[in-house]
Amino acid sequence: MTRTPIRTATVEAAGASTWWTPGWSNWRLALLVAAVVLPASVITFPVNTAFWLSLAAAAVVAVTAVVNAWGRQRGPLLVAPALALLFVTNIFPLMWSFGLSFFHYRANRAAAPVFGGLANYQTILTDPTVWHRLQTTALVVILTVGTQMIVGFLLALLFEKEFPGRRVLLMLVLTPMMLSYVAIGAFFRYYYEPTFGLLSQAVKVFTGRPFILLDTRAGALAGIVIADAWMWSPFVMLLVLSGLVSVPAYLYEAAEVDRASWWRRFRAITFPYIRSLLLLALLFRTIEAFKIFDVVFLLTEGGPGTSTETIGVYVYRVAFQYFRTGQSTALAYVLLFIVVVLTNLYLYFVKQRSAEA
Amino acid sequence: MRGGYRARGVRQAGWSRTGLAAVVSFAYFFPVLWIVLTAFKTHNDALATPPKFIFPPTLENFVAVFRRSYIKGFAAVDTGFDLFFFNSIFVSAASVVLALIIGTLAAYGFARFPLRGTDTYLFIILTTRMLPPIVVIIPIFLMLRVTGLSGGYSGVMLLYTAFNLPFAIWMMKSFFDELSADVEDAARVDGSSETRVFLKVSLPQVRAGLAATAVFGLILTWNEFLFALLLTGVSTRTVPVAMAQTIGGDIGGRWGLLAAIETLFLAPVIVVTFLLQHHLLRGVTFGTIKR
Repeated sequence: MTRTPIRTATVEAAGASTWWTPGWSNWRLALLVAAVVLPASVITFPVNTAFWLSLAAAAVVAVTAVVNAWGRQRGPLLVAPALALLFVTNIFPLMWSFGLSFFHYRANRAAAPVFGGLANYQTILTDPTVWHRLQTTALVVILTVGTQMIVGFLLALLFEKEFPGRRVLLMLVLTPMMLSYVAIGAFFRYYYEPTFGLLSQAVKVFTGRPFILLDTRAGALAGIVIADAWMWSPFVMLLVLSGLVSVPAYLYEAAEVDRASWWRRFRAITFPYIRSLLLLALLFRTIEAFKIFDVVFLLTEGGPGTSTETIGVYVYRVAFQYFRTGQSTALAYVLLFIVVVLTNLYLYFVKQRSAEA
Repeated sequence: MRGGYRARGVRQAGWSRTGLAAVVSFAYFFPVLWIVLTAFKTHNDALATPPKFIFPPTLENFVAVFRRSYIKGFAAVDTGFDLFFFNSIFVSAASVVLALIIGTLAAYGFARFPLRGTDTYLFIILTTRMLPPIVVIIPIFLMLRVTGLSGGYSGVMLLYTAFNLPFAIWMMKSFFDELSADVEDAARVDGSSETRVFLKVSLPQVRAGLAATAVFGLILTWNEFLFALLLTGVSTRTVPVAMAQTIGGDIGGRWGLLAAIETLFLAPVIVVTFLLQHHLLRGVTFGTIKR
């Protein structure tokens, strides 16, 4: 296209500009050019060149759209870069993998994808392995989220009142939440280690024999749950605490005058204030725990055998170790569906809570 | 945390509560503490049975991470962690700055110039952050392979920018929402341009929020494992990946050295968490729950 100075282009846009007048604000023409360039470059050039050419075409469309909207459409203009980036890195890949989930394809082979319809979904949904992995995941989620809710709640009760040194001690408890899964995986591997590990040595004092926690399914599950719950109980505590401190003090004073019992005080005053936050904590942690990958991957690698392999780890193996790419994308979509449903639920309660407040 | 809520519900408890809380807190913090202690032990002390609580501290592990190589068989091998630490710092800093710029603009747009369907956009943005990383990574892995960006800095940086973006948008939006728009309107009446209103009026008011968002983004990126595992090459590897590979690897048995690496890796996070305490709740819930 010809390089018309921007000023002229704007004047034209304001005046009698037609869709074929070249100019930096003519996004319709740019879109048309892009629509021609994109398939043409895909057909004629090798993948790499085609990619960069398409990118350039997209950039031209973007520039013209920006010039066109400058000064008039502030909201869209401010939001556009973020949406564009998220489109490129999330929405587009997801659409791609959705398409791929209908194909038989292995990323480590040169063979082109072969259309298979719903075959991948059929394979997955009838595969007992997948159901077993989902069961393991459900077990881990129930155990770890349950532990987190209880421990987090008790910790919140401990820190509910003001006392000397509260801030510093609170920070000690809150730290695990901010640490990396890898570091925590490495920690707990060290603690569970049969010869030198603290746990084994502590047990040895009583039984006289070294203790190998990760050797049985129950032990390995316990190991995962301890590490994960240790990391995330502070999260529940933080949420509950913010509910506890929002209870107006006069309610407690009134309860004291009435000589209400501890349980009654809790049920009538405290609980209504923290109920919605407890629910949010439960949902948020369930979503996160459902995705559990790092801790399992680093701590037990799904072992012993495959007895602690969660669905996240299984998808990883199918995609990047067995390279059944088509199948893994179908599986990923099943996962996605579950998480989107849970996320919707979470946001529904977030909205409801902010409406209450 | 924030001092202001004392007026609301926090009742007083005495030193007895401090004692109880101290015991519980230290027990809770113990796993971290033990790693830090192990980092200061000699190889023999680290493997001592029963475990040693009192020992002569040494810095040899920290020196070994960067300066001296460790001995493998008869050959001296470099841990390579100087490079990995550089990669981690470089990649997280660059992607957080990018995400913060794009995210703050978007958050300002959503907060001040709502579009039709702003809630839908915000919902979609949050959903991208809630997605299981494993779901997103499969197509991205293929995409970066096609474009040849896999293994370099640019691919993983692009991904991390996008990874931080939803978080930055939601956090910054929650901060912008708390501002009153009156000051901005006053500036507009005085004839300031929109750009000037944003840069000179709105942005300075959310400076603390900007810092909190940046730090949270840095921690999230610094800790991230799966994307880095699949998208970085030998020379662009970040610390979490390198650390995971030491498990069961050559330095896997060198607990002291491993603990030193972990301590160096965790220290900035712990320090920064301490500075962040006011914003912790908002940060860990991605700005969906405010104080």
